[in-house]
Amino acid sequence: MKILKIFLVIILSMGFSQLKSYEKNDELKNKILKNIRCLICQGQSVYDSESDFALSIKFIVDKKINEGTSEIKIYEFLREKYGDWIIYDPKLNKNTFVLWILPLLLFLLGGAIMLKKLVFKN
Amino acid sequence: MKNKLNLSIIIIFLSFCFVIFYKGLNNSNIYTPKINDKKNIPIFKAKIFSSNNYIDSEKIFAENSYYIVNIWASWCVPCRKEHSSLMELSKSKSVKLIGLNYRDNLKNAKKFINELGNPYSQILIDNDGILGVEFGAYGVPETFLIDKNKKIIKKFVGPINKEIVREIKKIIK
Repeated sequence: MKILKIFLVIILSMGFSQLKSYEKNDELKNKILKNIRCLICQGQSVYDSESDFALSIKFIVDKKINEGTSEIKIYEFLREKYGDWIIYDPKLNKNTFVLWILPLLLFLLGGAIMLKKLVFKN
Repeated sequence: MKNKLNLSIIIIFLSFCFVIFYKGLNNSNIYTPKINDKKNIPIFKAKIFSSNNYIDSEKIFAENSYYIVNIWASWCVPCRKEHSSLMELSKSKSVKLIGLNYRDNLKNAKKFINELGNPYSQILIDNDGILGVEFGAYGVPETFLIDKNKKIIKKFVGPINKEIVREIKKIIK
């Protein structure tokens, strides 16, 4: 009876740990899919879309996660196939340099104008 | 003086915005991945259309010849439109056509080929769309021209027409 109980506990814990790993994989999959642009949809991520393109990408991301491919490698794979546009969060490179720097410059410029006005007021 | 400076800044800013929007309106909103450099063909294993066997990509592209990979499906209306152009290309001896049957029903696909003719030397099945993604495709129909060094040199999004056939023929000459 005791052996049976121990056996039952082991089986249950194994089931739970597997369930947990499935949950973890699902979380990662959703995170990646939300960050991939559906290239044939209007303003939708692959996660939100049910188009054939999105279904193919969902399938390949799921497959790669199950194979143990890391998140970065999956993005790299998709970037190689479709270019930077497919990722919502673009990498800092010579093409996206302005995109990253311009908001910062505008923020600094705005701050400088405000500061100047305040100083002049005082 | 200060007012003049402000006015000129506003005019420059508005002209900048106008140029950006004007250019943006003229741009196509359909995204097409650019092929800046020649990409190697992907390495894969695929199921053959006519049998249940699998074949390696190395065997498919084994010959020293140009290849055309055409992604098609029986449910795709533009594929029906481009089929006559593919039939014309299949007559050329310097190119081999490989068909990639994308997310399709096998029975319907066979009916499509029987009805319109088979321009392909080999048809592969891509039920999950994995092979399409490996080639960097995002829809059907799409056509890739592969040179003798097994590099993708051209990509045609949408149905191919007489003009594209002429362009391909010029390259493979």
